[in-house]
Amino acid sequence: MAGGHEKVETNLALMALLILALVLVGGLVQIVPLFFQHSTTEPVEGLKPYNALQLAGRDVYIREGCYVCHSQMIRPFRAETERYGHYSVAGEFVYDHPFQWGSKRTGPDLARVGGRYSNEWHVAHLLNPRDVVPESIMPGYPWLAENPADPGDIRYRMQVLRRLGVPYSDEEIDGATKTLEGRTEMDAMVAYLQYLGTAIKTRR
Amino acid sequence: MSDFTSGFWSWFIVLATVLSIAGVLWLIRWMSGGRRAPGEKVETMGHVWDENLEELNNPLPRWWLIKFYLTLVFGGVYLLLYPGLGTFKGLLGWTGIGQYEQEVAAAEVEYGPLYEKYRAIPIAALVNDPAAVQVGERLFSTYCTTCHGSDARGVRGFPNLRDDDWLYGGTSADIEQTIMNGRNGVMPGWEPILGYEGVFQAAEYVSSLSGREVDSVVAGKGKEIFVQNCAVCHGADGAGNTQMGAPNLTDNIWLHGGTQKRIQETIAGGRNSHMPPHREFLGEAKVHLLATYVFGLRVDRDITER
Repeated sequence: MAGGHEKVETNLALMALLILALVLVGGLVQIVPLFFQHSTTEPVEGLKPYNALQLAGRDVYIREGCYVCHSQMIRPFRAETERYGHYSVAGEFVYDHPFQWGSKRTGPDLARVGGRYSNEWHVAHLLNPRDVVPESIMPGYPWLAENPADPGDIRYRMQVLRRLGVPYSDEEIDGATKTLEGRTEMDAMVAYLQYLGTAIKTRR
Repeated sequence: MSDFTSGFWSWFIVLATVLSIAGVLWLIRWMSGGRRAPGEKVETMGHVWDENLEELNNPLPRWWLIKFYLTLVFGGVYLLLYPGLGTFKGLLGWTGIGQYEQEVAAAEVEYGPLYEKYRAIPIAALVNDPAAVQVGERLFSTYCTTCHGSDARGVRGFPNLRDDDWLYGGTSADIEQTIMNGRNGVMPGWEPILGYEGVFQAAEYVSSLSGREVDSVVAGKGKEIFVQNCAVCHGADGAGNTQMGAPNLTDNIWLHGGTQKRIQETIAGGRNSHMPPHREFLGEAKVHLLATYVFGLRVDRDITER
């Protein structure tokens, strides 16, 4: 035994190769096949890519770190579907790069928040959450109402997403800058939130 | 049909999983070093430091080895019973969604008949059943408090449900209808038409409707504006219109705030009040119970009447 072991211990390349093989097994079995499954790579029926305004809102969502406290993933447990609606399925997220599943719920899950509240509620709530929910510990985001939704590079962001497989048309990309003109980050954020999870109707 | 795009991936997973388990078995056999007879001298690795520090090569403890082998057996049994080896579904036929559906079906057996029973009872009668009202209250806590507050007293822009002032009517049927299908209240902004002066005058008149002290000259001009522009929705007397959800302006209850400044803001910029529909999300039985709870909130009303 000692001989074989010594060979591995004293041959850096061999050891590196064996370690690599060992580490890769998990990923090869659990991750790689997901790229070759219908349910994980094809959009659910009716799923549309974010329009320019919603996409700008998603970027604000990421910038402000909303995912730190809000997940976007309803698990198939009755306690969750009763509160949030139909459990999330992989095909809803194929246009999300990156997806915003998150892993921690300080606030509620937002996977199906779209249409659940009025636009006015979202605006009031984002300005100061305690104006509508006195018990809330969420911080306010009043600057969203003042910042313009940056139209500067939205086209390029959409082009990158198209390269990643989101089916944007040329018209959509060309018209993106114009769509954002005169809109605030608040408009974008509300548009994004109101779209979340609406591809699958909420009744379980 | 398999979810995989090609049959290759199933075999890929099976092969990688089985090979890695076999590899681990081989590795532990290779490394465990067999048993040592009593009194046998311990093998050393031939390294010596600081004159007499040696690297011993004791075999792995038996109890530890046995536990390790048991984990391998567990892995094998698990892969036999549960899905894991490619498209092999496992002998138990377990799936995550299947377990979820079982959970939902079990709840349906338990709660379904209860919901059906309550649904068949008219709200005017159901409101006298404390158990039903309590169910409604729980549902309200889960689904409604975000806008209407945990005490159902609402916040600015989101109606108070305890004041017996109903934008869309307060009969049990109205309330159920509101929750079921949602409501859209739209008031346009009047500043482009009335100008700043006109908004100011109209606000003064609206304040006077609730019996507030106002400048009677300004309010008089405001009244003319009101009759021409506002009465269509809010009524000539300002008592509102539940068909459109136009608030009663005479009761000193202010959905969007009742200070002079807020009233001016409302008239100048208009308001949109949207209550989302809940029929699809909650289903009719839950809405029925929610309507019962909301209907019963005004304890001092004569509930048998409506």
